[in-house]
Amino acid sequence: MKEKDIEKNTTLTELSDKFGQKYGKDYWRSLEALSQTEEFQQAVQNEFKESPVEWENSLNRRHFLQIMGASLALAGLNACTKQPAEKIIPHVIAPEKITLGKPLFFATSFVLSGYACGVLAESHEGRPTKIEGNPEHPASLGATDIFAQASILNLYDPDRSQVIKNIGQFSSWEAFLNLLRTQLEAQSGKNGAGIRILTETVTSPTLAAQLKTFLKKYPSAKWHQYEPVNRDNVKLGSQLAFGQYVETQYHLENADVALSLDGDFFSGMPGSLVHARKFGERRKVDGHHAQMNRLYAVESSLTLTGAMADHRLAMKAGDVLTFAQDLAYQLNATKEKSQHNKGVAGKKWMDALVRDLKSNSGKCVVIPGEFQAPEVHYLAHAINKALGNIGKTVRYTKSVEASPTVQNNSIRELTDDMKNGLVEFLVILGGNPLFNAPADLNFGEKLKTVKTRVHVSPEENETSEWCHWQIPQSHYLESWSDARAFDGAASIIQPLIAPLYASKSFHEIMAALNDQAGKSDYEIVREYWLSQLKKGDFERSWQIALHDGVVAGTAFPGISPTLRAFNLAPQEAEKGLEVVFRPDPNIWDGRFANNGWLQELPKPISKLTWDNAAIISPASARVHGLENGQSIEIKRNNTSIKAPVWIVPGQANETITLYLGYGRIKTGKVGANAGVNIFPLKTSDGKWSASGISVKATKEQVELASTQDHGSMEGRHLVRESSLADYVAHPELFHEMGHEPDPEMSLYPPYKYDGYAWGMVVDLNACTGCNACTVACQSENNIPIVGKEETLKGREMHWIRVDRYYTGDENNPEVAHQPVMCMHCEDAPCEVVCPVAATTHSDEGLNEMTYNRCVGTRYCSNNCPYKVRRFNFFKYADYITESAKLMHNPDVTVRFRGVMEKCTYCVQRISSARIKAKKEDRSIQDGDIVTACQQVCPTDAIIFGDINDENSRVAKAKAEHRDYGLLAELGTRPRTSYLAKLRNPNPELIES
Amino acid sequence: MSQLFHPSSNAIAKVSIFGSVFFVGFAAWVLLAIERSSYVTQAQVVVEQPVPFSHRHHVAQLGIDCRYCHTSVEESSFAGIPATKTCMTCHSQIHTTADILEPVRESWQTGKSLEWVRVHDLPDFVYFNHSIHVKKGIGCESCHGPVGEMALTWREHSLNMEWCLECHRAPEKFVRPREFVFDLNWKAGKDKKTLSDSLVQAYHIESLTNCSICHR
Repeated sequence: MKEKDIEKNTTLTELSDKFGQKYGKDYWRSLEALSQTEEFQQAVQNEFKESPVEWENSLNRRHFLQIMGASLALAGLNACTKQPAEKIIPHVIAPEKITLGKPLFFATSFVLSGYACGVLAESHEGRPTKIEGNPEHPASLGATDIFAQASILNLYDPDRSQVIKNIGQFSSWEAFLNLLRTQLEAQSGKNGAGIRILTETVTSPTLAAQLKTFLKKYPSAKWHQYEPVNRDNVKLGSQLAFGQYVETQYHLENADVALSLDGDFFSGMPGSLVHARKFGERRKVDGHHAQMNRLYAVESSLTLTGAMADHRLAMKAGDVLTFAQDLAYQLNATKEKSQHNKGVAGKKWMDALVRDLKSNSGKCVVIPGEFQAPEVHYLAHAINKALGNIGKTVRYTKSVEASPTVQNNSIRELTDDMKNGLVEFLVILGGNPLFNAPADLNFGEKLKTVKTRVHVSPEENETSEWCHWQIPQSHYLESWSDARAFDGAASIIQPLIAPLYASKSFHEIMAALNDQAGKSDYEIVREYWLSQLKKGDFERSWQIALHDGVVAGTAFPGISPTLRAFNLAPQEAEKGLEVVFRPDPNIWDGRFANNGWLQELPKPISKLTWDNAAIISPASARVHGLENGQSIEIKRNNTSIKAPVWIVPGQANETITLYLGYGRIKTGKVGANAGVNIFPLKTSDGKWSASGISVKATKEQVELASTQDHGSMEGRHLVRESSLADYVAHPELFHEMGHEPDPEMSLYPPYKYDGYAWGMVVDLNACTGCNACTVACQSENNIPIVGKEETLKGREMHWIRVDRYYTGDENNPEVAHQPVMCMHCEDAPCEVVCPVAATTHSDEGLNEMTYNRCVGTRYCSNNCPYKVRRFNFFKYADYITESAKLMHNPDVTVRFRGVMEKCTYCVQRISSARIKAKKEDRSIQDGDIVTACQQVCPTDAIIFGDINDENSRVAKAKAEHRDYGLLAELGTRPRTSYLAKLRNPNPELIES
Repeated sequence: MSQLFHPSSNAIAKVSIFGSVFFVGFAAWVLLAIERSSYVTQAQVVVEQPVPFSHRHHVAQLGIDCRYCHTSVEESSFAGIPATKTCMTCHSQIHTTADILEPVRESWQTGKSLEWVRVHDLPDFVYFNHSIHVKKGIGCESCHGPVGEMALTWREHSLNMEWCLECHRAPEKFVRPREFVFDLNWKAGKDKKTLSDSLVQAYHIESLTNCSICHR
């Protein structure tokens, strides 16, 4: 039975019946699971949903014996093949500092929408293979997000733009320089009045300096900035509040109470990794420390922040302003209150929140969502001021952007100029405005009026098609640059590899525009910093900056802008349906559309892969008669799009959330034609939500590959949680929730671990469900992607899946995330059923998977209660693409068809730590081995180490009262255990 | 009713049944023998190289230390194959016109690497680390054989898993003092047992036979 059929057969009546009953703390992943339809049960029981090859003919006994006989004979001969000869190709002159076989790490920075996150890139013999966070960088603190992890795949993407093209034909850099020369000569008479440069958000000091130099020479030329996921509302809000663009930083380490206003400060926002780390530190509860912060979230669609909240209120995006106005009024931050009688939040909730914030003055923080209206930002500034949070939990600096611009206005100006025929020569540095500029500007049409159009981008996209020149842009691991982090700290971006293709960096393009063609980006960046770092020995400061990944002393100092008065007209509650636009959690504004890792990564809440959808609440779906996968037509301002519905509990009623970035037409093989393009509905008013839309249901069904029911563990008590108060009163309560059989009951003799005993603990209280572990694991362990068709059959290969559970009311459920990887059971069910001993138990407690022994019976997976084993039904790994070969981690086998695989606790890292320790004649110390998932985790929720060492972090965590084993009642004695989740509800809001 | 089968059928049937057991056993033995033969393992087979490099000449006759060319053997998993520059340190001075060294000079002049054929080629799913074996007192000779006698290089051992396990199960049989790891003429003396036992203790040598020690 296919997923689709289940979805069709789950009627909403059944669900309503189910909700009519009173239930306790039951966890469910999907509405289908909650209603427990017969079809759902069947799908869960049928682990291998379809056989890889359908057998067309009916098979008789004779035929079977013939085939088996031939197979056996051939299988025997298989061993008689000789290994093909392999070449060793040494250097001609060995480079310094490279020891073949040993990786090197270089500090560099990954930049998303202008904001830098410091990373350490691992290089094997000159090939970048893995991205790690840089512990010394203020925006990373050792962690990264999914985008930085997956950025390595973009470098090796075979669909990258590879050569300079002129009108679709191969051209050359020299030809392009000729063009520049003629264009600039023609423009020099009129001060460059016909020249426009369009960039995305620029924080790079060097690029900004180059642009300034250019504009000095051509004063009538203009520089525009635009990207669709911009921070215009933040800037406009800051303008309202302070009359200038300031950057707001939130210090969650000082916050006892936090309120999120329809934002997601755990992902996507500048500084989100720091927010997560600091927030997570305040969620760490151990025997000595039993205090936690409290998080309130008011939001339209369920985000990671909302999922972590102790109290969450689902509210239309358009109502958040009304809510903020009432909140500000009650906190004496403003004088006006909304026109809503009872308040959109309800009196009880609002009063409790207000009291909690007031009693924590100076120790609380209100964080507005980037996509909320400027007025909400104003009110948040006012509230934070009224609560005395400035300087404590909130800090202001000058803007991190080199030239802060309201980007919607900037792109409008550019299109107006194009319409009026003022633009003769347009250079687009990055971005894809043809795909993602506000629909009402009709950018594509206007673009045609420009005589010469140049586009520099990493891939040939929709915009490239309409530009005369397409110049491949170098990846950040191929070129020198710099950028600023959310706190202003500048980092030098250093390459690890020479450009794979004939690509150029923005700096080289700008140098060419500045009559400095031929200057390398290294010289350009170095020269800029030579002019900046004047104190002391430059060479030394430069080397330190490169080594540390951050230029010392460049973080911006705090400022104290004065809050201006602003009278906001009393707001009303929104009426009717609204649409909410958000960047896609995985592919952002579409720039990562061709990144298979991100496409196949189950999105944090919806668990959708390879598609976007119209997210709608269960109640609204019932009102409008919609079901999962059903296509609806959404109409706004005479433009309509068709998108499939996906019902997500926790979504605000009468709100449809649409994730941007999908529906790309011109991109690589992976991303083309996946999902629905939302941009036609997004206009230049800069609003991220809109009312006054109409929705029409159609009869079309779209098959959506959601993994939310894959690997179901069938409703057992997998997540254990309680309130902080209950836990403090009864520390043993988590152990009482389950019962573990006596290990003596096992028929097998117990293992003895004399040396190391590796184990892992996952703190569910800290996990935000951000998925970074899944991508980091994929990158470290050469895990392939399988595509949408295979994902629909439940064959995705991720070694860690992050299960998302709901509990409680379908309209506003509580959420828990649970990363599940191989548990490395002491009494592992998989080991005893393997007929060829391909999965065995090691002396250190690892459940080992030996690929070269595996014959693919899949018995192990069948017998695994955690459903963490992954089978290569086909040759998923890419053995063909030359560039993909470079990306593989050389310390991990690339698995072939017919082989089972699973989490190894990063055994290659254990091996390398063991060898290092042995060479130094010592034992492995706590912290020597850091698994890929542990390393990347923004909240430090994953702890790995030797449980035989009493002083190790992991042993201490396992001694906590909160520690429990997943499905330990089965007697598997899992090595990976979990620390139960705690919530810290406001006593005033606890329902009796 | 006449007999359907001739009386000799009994004998034939018996012989066939017993014979088939022997036949299957024989076939299995043949397969295993082929698997271990140098035809499959390539052990003892000289590998043709772009330059007929003689370890006998360089190591045994000239006395060049292994680490002069295999520079990373003590640090890394990979022992290292010398860069052309290493060859040219001597061969820019001696045998500067020798025909057999033409590929080396060509590589030096053109900047294009020499392409050696791998002699000791483990399967891709096996992860071997030179540095730890050297550190634990396993001599080059233990795996690579009498390199000092090889005018042309060959693989001494099969490199089959059972061969690896011979040592991993009983490292005391092969361990030698660290200072003699690169010594191709070292022989254990009479008190071999006492020596190896003391070395196993001194070097903290464990018998590591878990799958993930080599396979991952």
